[in-house]
Amino acid sequence: MWNFPLVPPTASKEGADISLLYWAITLLAVVFGGIVLFGVIYLAVRYRADNNAVDRSNATESDLRVELAWTIIPLILALVIFGWATKLYADIYAPREGYYEVFVIGKQWMWHCQHPNGVRENNILTLPAGRLVKVSLISQDVIHAFSIPAFRVKRDAVPGRYNAMYFTPTKPGEYHLFCTEYCGTKHSEMIGKVVVLPEDEFQAWLEKGGQGLATATTSMGGGAAGGGTLTLAQQGEQTFKALGCNACHLNPNSAVKVPDITKTWGGEIKLADGRTVKGDEAYIRESILNPGAKIHAGYQNLMPPYQGQVSEEQLVQLIAYIKSLAGDSGGGK
Amino acid sequence: MTTTTYTGTDKPNYLNWKTSVASWLLTYDHKRIAILYLVSISIFFLLGGLAAAMIRMELATPKGDLLTSDVYNKMFTTHGVIMIFLFLIPSIPAVFGNFLLPLMIGARDVAFPRLNLLSWYFFMAGAACVLIALFRGGIDTGWTFYTPYSSSFAKGEVSLAIVGVFLAGFASIFTGINFLVTIHKMRAPGMTWFRLPLFVWAMYATSLIQVLGTPVVAITLLLVAVERTFRIGIFDPNLGGDPILYQHLFWFYSHPAVYIMILPAMGVISEVISAFSKRRVFGYHFVAFSSLAIAIIGFLVWGHHMFSTGQSIYAGIVFSFLTWIVAIPSAIKTFNWMATIWKGRVHWDTPMLYALGFMGLFVIGGLTGLHLAAMATNVHLTDTYFIVAHFHYVMVGGAIMGYLAALHFWWPKMTGRMYPEGWGKLAALLVFVGFNLTFFPQFILGYMGMPRRYHSYPEEWATLNVLSTAGSSVLGLGYLLPVIYLTWSLKYGKVVTERNPWGARGLEWELVDTPPDPHNFERTPIVTRPAYDYNHPEEPTGFVPKPRPVVVGGKDG
Repeated sequence: MWNFPLVPPTASKEGADISLLYWAITLLAVVFGGIVLFGVIYLAVRYRADNNAVDRSNATESDLRVELAWTIIPLILALVIFGWATKLYADIYAPREGYYEVFVIGKQWMWHCQHPNGVRENNILTLPAGRLVKVSLISQDVIHAFSIPAFRVKRDAVPGRYNAMYFTPTKPGEYHLFCTEYCGTKHSEMIGKVVVLPEDEFQAWLEKGGQGLATATTSMGGGAAGGGTLTLAQQGEQTFKALGCNACHLNPNSAVKVPDITKTWGGEIKLADGRTVKGDEAYIRESILNPGAKIHAGYQNLMPPYQGQVSEEQLVQLIAYIKSLAGDSGGGK
Repeated sequence: MTTTTYTGTDKPNYLNWKTSVASWLLTYDHKRIAILYLVSISIFFLLGGLAAAMIRMELATPKGDLLTSDVYNKMFTTHGVIMIFLFLIPSIPAVFGNFLLPLMIGARDVAFPRLNLLSWYFFMAGAACVLIALFRGGIDTGWTFYTPYSSSFAKGEVSLAIVGVFLAGFASIFTGINFLVTIHKMRAPGMTWFRLPLFVWAMYATSLIQVLGTPVVAITLLLVAVERTFRIGIFDPNLGGDPILYQHLFWFYSHPAVYIMILPAMGVISEVISAFSKRRVFGYHFVAFSSLAIAIIGFLVWGHHMFSTGQSIYAGIVFSFLTWIVAIPSAIKTFNWMATIWKGRVHWDTPMLYALGFMGLFVIGGLTGLHLAAMATNVHLTDTYFIVAHFHYVMVGGAIMGYLAALHFWWPKMTGRMYPEGWGKLAALLVFVGFNLTFFPQFILGYMGMPRRYHSYPEEWATLNVLSTAGSSVLGLGYLLPVIYLTWSLKYGKVVTERNPWGARGLEWELVDTPPDPHNFERTPIVTRPAYDYNHPEEPTGFVPKPRPVVVGGKDG
């Protein structure tokens, strides 16, 4: 009965920093809350109507100095915590370098995770301890949210756009994974777990194609890890050919003049309307689904839109492929 | 219509001067419209409470065993939609604002009495749409109607419910515009801006939000219905829309809407603390302007609901900063209320118990808002039970405690009957204890990561959930008691005929009959003193001028 947790496990570097901030704010709240709660009770009892033994003289009704005091002191404390919290947030969520990247696709009602080497997992995400991880999130239907309380991080999986979250798992173990954005009937069953392995075990697991872990299927509905011998980028290359992209792109004999997609990822792309955009996941995704939205300077809008013809899984593969053309394997370069 | 003969001092009042059903349903009297609202929202409160009881019973065990997932999802949607749009938004403004505003400023009625009645009809039409949608199978979108779930995936009468919320929104706009004009144009001679009771200042700030914010959510929800019906791409990315745009538009209203719920309660607390401490509200100007500051800054913080959506970090910094700033006026109010009690003569009557309870719960609700104003901790806590606990502390612990304080404080004025004091105190205690038992464990659950809107949850969180469910039964009893004893008091309560049973200051106590005359004041009163002038008990706040002698054939003749 009394053996139940009151705090979550802390299993990431970022989680430890966020916990510290959480308890600092809690301390501030306890101090201020204590002052008000005990102050109110003390005053209301001391100055009860039938107590004539207290001094009620000089009961001023306004005083600029005390008003300023209880405005400025909380304001300063607020600004200090604001600065701390904002710095921490920016450090965690601003784009970071040197990560192990996993693509996660949310759909009613499961999480589909794709590792760079081609291993796929459903409702389980296996990760190495001690390395920075980037999760690139997207949804194929409604908005979901990818929440790992033990890491103190969360990001929404929004249809039509990639969101990124970063964290550094520190302690091997199994942790809750939840969908925290209401997504329909089985919202509360869109759960799973994050398995953190020591680096060497993780590498062994990856090389075996994600097989051989007792945790691969669970009562939580976790699907078997799977994946063939192809990496995500190689799967993307197959998709690239299957969709006929190679008729024009990367085809030296193409009759059509097309932009060089080996320079798309990470590049600065000049558009026909004079703007310059960054060649990121969002740009690649849009240029496949709706090529007319942003036209390369010097090229015509000839490519047919692929909206509705490519699945989110295939898009992730294609992006990995295009990244690999630019020399980015996605696996912690 | 029946006619009644009155003898001696048994003057007709607004309740009994006309008694037909039509005289109620077609009344332009702000006091009767307040009663219409009071009866309607009390029914909706009980319906919303019933849905809450179902939710807590389901969550008493980790497995989803009492209800199916779909029914559970409909229950929390029902609870949210009814409690927010059909109870909390209209609660204090439409009942006590309507009843008190003209009395407090010395006016005959609100500026637009017909619009006021129309507001109630819009509200009831909206409520009818929502209830029909619920009884025809219910909706499961959550009260937030997030797209694209609500516009392209959810089944059921979502559009009808949206039309209902749209209509109720117009009721809210009508009330707001009425109050703004009333406060500007109908103050009695001598009732300057800084003699206004702080409840009026709070209603003014609230009305600004209602008028400026509600149209945005009304149009936004209508766009959801349009996308559902005609498949025009606005929010659904598969149709070329943007689901995050919906959240911006929705929270542009729905965050200020929190202040529509809490500012009026703060106004009530200023009145009650002053009346039961027999002291002028400390720092009157600071309390008055803090209401306006909350209303204005409150419009600029909506993005703090969206830190986890992938919103730009720079936008997030601005929203987070302003969220920290908007906490300050609430702190100012709280400290000024404490200073009001200081050196006062504190009477521990039921309204004061609710006001003290408000301070306890609102302070916890407000301070846990700091964890959510900080972006780094917000992202961990958002969409967990921490949020659920936080906004219940503010909107139930704050707004409903304020509502109950108001209900008990002005009950004798409204009905001419006193509620039973012992039962009142017991209920106030039960509500306070039950509330904390219900919602405090949810802070802990939320920090551990328990997501909101979950039908089932991991075993290790069972104990705290059982505690929460147990607390909710105490809380439910605490809410049922006033329903019973206040109804009882209408027939059996001690008759109150004196104008000012609490010895409070304010035109509604000093110059208005109990229950009020249909016309409020015999003639327009003249105000001579500031509000809460407890230091000068011999000086009334204002007076009703004697009628000038009628000169036959003269201008007035």
